[in-house]
Amino acid sequence: MQNLNVNSERYTLNMGPQHPSTHGVLRIVADFDGETCVSADPQIGYLHRGMEKLLESRTYVQGMPYTDRLDYLAGVNNNLPYALAVEKLLGVEIPERASLLRMLSCEIMRLASYMVGIGIYIMDLGAVSAVFYPYQQREYALEVMSALCGARMTQGYIRFGGVQADWNEQCDAALQKLLDEFPPFLEMYHKLVDENEIFLHRTKGVGVVTAEQAKAYGLTGANLRASGVSYDLRRDAPYCLYDRFKFKVPVQQAGDCHARYVQRMEECEVIYQLIKDIYAALKETEGGEIMGKVPKVLRVPAGEAYAQTENPKGIMGCMVASDGKTNPLRVHFRRPSFDNIAIYSELMPGHKMADLVTIIASFDIVLGEIDA
Amino acid sequence: MALKTNVRFPQRGGMPEGDPNNSHDLLTQEELEKRGILLTSLDKLFRWGTGWSLWPLQFGLACCAIEMICTTQSRFDMSRFGYEVFRNSPRQADVMIVAGTITEKMRPAVELLYHQMPEPKWVIAMGSCAISGGPFVDSYSVVAGADKVVPVDVYVPGCPPRPEALIDGMLQLKAKLLHPERQQVVRDVK
Repeated sequence: MQNLNVNSERYTLNMGPQHPSTHGVLRIVADFDGETCVSADPQIGYLHRGMEKLLESRTYVQGMPYTDRLDYLAGVNNNLPYALAVEKLLGVEIPERASLLRMLSCEIMRLASYMVGIGIYIMDLGAVSAVFYPYQQREYALEVMSALCGARMTQGYIRFGGVQADWNEQCDAALQKLLDEFPPFLEMYHKLVDENEIFLHRTKGVGVVTAEQAKAYGLTGANLRASGVSYDLRRDAPYCLYDRFKFKVPVQQAGDCHARYVQRMEECEVIYQLIKDIYAALKETEGGEIMGKVPKVLRVPAGEAYAQTENPKGIMGCMVASDGKTNPLRVHFRRPSFDNIAIYSELMPGHKMADLVTIIASFDIVLGEIDA
Repeated sequence: MALKTNVRFPQRGGMPEGDPNNSHDLLTQEELEKRGILLTSLDKLFRWGTGWSLWPLQFGLACCAIEMICTTQSRFDMSRFGYEVFRNSPRQADVMIVAGTITEKMRPAVELLYHQMPEPKWVIAMGSCAISGGPFVDSYSVVAGADKVVPVDVYVPGCPPRPEALIDGMLQLKAKLLHPERQQVVRDVK
């Protein structure tokens, strides 16, 4: 055995924008020494549609469908901060039933988004069959949404002052299907993935984010909680009627890619319980109003307002500045995925080439939100 | 072993007279098909084969890409039609499904990918962004439609289109392959 000190070559590897595991059009330019990453630089902007600028030339109501297309895996969740911010300026009272419907639809889409996040994550590690089962559950969730408002993905369900449509019998049946199918799926999926040796080897100890790092880089959502910081806006700064419900906020201590998977799986159980609780509360408000008193032509009083919600990817914020006209002066979104990927260039060096894919996938990013 | 056939090729100097009772005489294509012999050109045969097994390029741009993935998953299951082999490399793909908004920054990459695909190749524009720029048409950074960059064969409307619509788009492309004489099909929306 000679030549153990083989000199490896340094080279630059370009990954994306067309690559099956960059979750869209993310591009990563990485320097490698042999097979070890030396530096990584995420390049964004391949899906920059100038959304914030477009909203300035639209009326407030016309602006709502654009928010759906930020984090397109969970459209309703993006409507909410925009609606909350504008409603702060308008000073509208939201009916109880409307708030509950908003929360219920948000939780259903959160579940759908987590299903994509988990499924694609495991698929990127090579287990293609593991993506089919979560997508099946996602279909059940989308079925509820299409019964509720007629659209599968980009729903635009939330209106200023309330919601677009009331709960109906079709939704009951569709939701019951989701509630029936989900627990057996979760149990089966744990059996399928949790103990898999390849999965454990590829994720344990890979991409470790400490709590300090996570806070310094502004990570939010499941990625933050997987690093040991227990922070969830639904519990710590409740909006809508989340303060009425008691729910657990799971936390992992390891902060590696495996912890981020476990975190999402544990949160699925919490979301499932929340859907059940909110649904029970919704049944008690049968026949209630779903729209507050909002004028036909929306003239928002001058001023600024900021609202934030806990989205599937992290904390989504929306700042609206108005000068009293029918269209906003300026709208800005705090997009969680955008802040979450900032840590990549610190996290990736030192890892092997295949681990880069694991790290990208474990953060559950969505490019519509990063580039806006 | 010599293949026995009752087809006689015409002699130089015109077509011989056909006698329906004489099985040794020249037969028309219809008569041959009745006897179980199929005459076709290789081009037609290849088109028929390609139409049933198009290989799309796995290439997602925005929201529509999620519906494109849904189309391949269990409920809609595009493999029923033979289109499930999504290739990661443009060198192995037939069809490019432009699923999402093309931005000015992405335009060169889309163009390059199209040119990297081997002939024959087709393009499906999925969703309003790929058709015309959709809701982002007046943005400073958005290309107003995939047909500004690459030639498009089938347009699938929707924002995003349902998976059934994408399957229908693929079947329209198959129809175009099998019947190249049809120039344009415009669907009425009722």
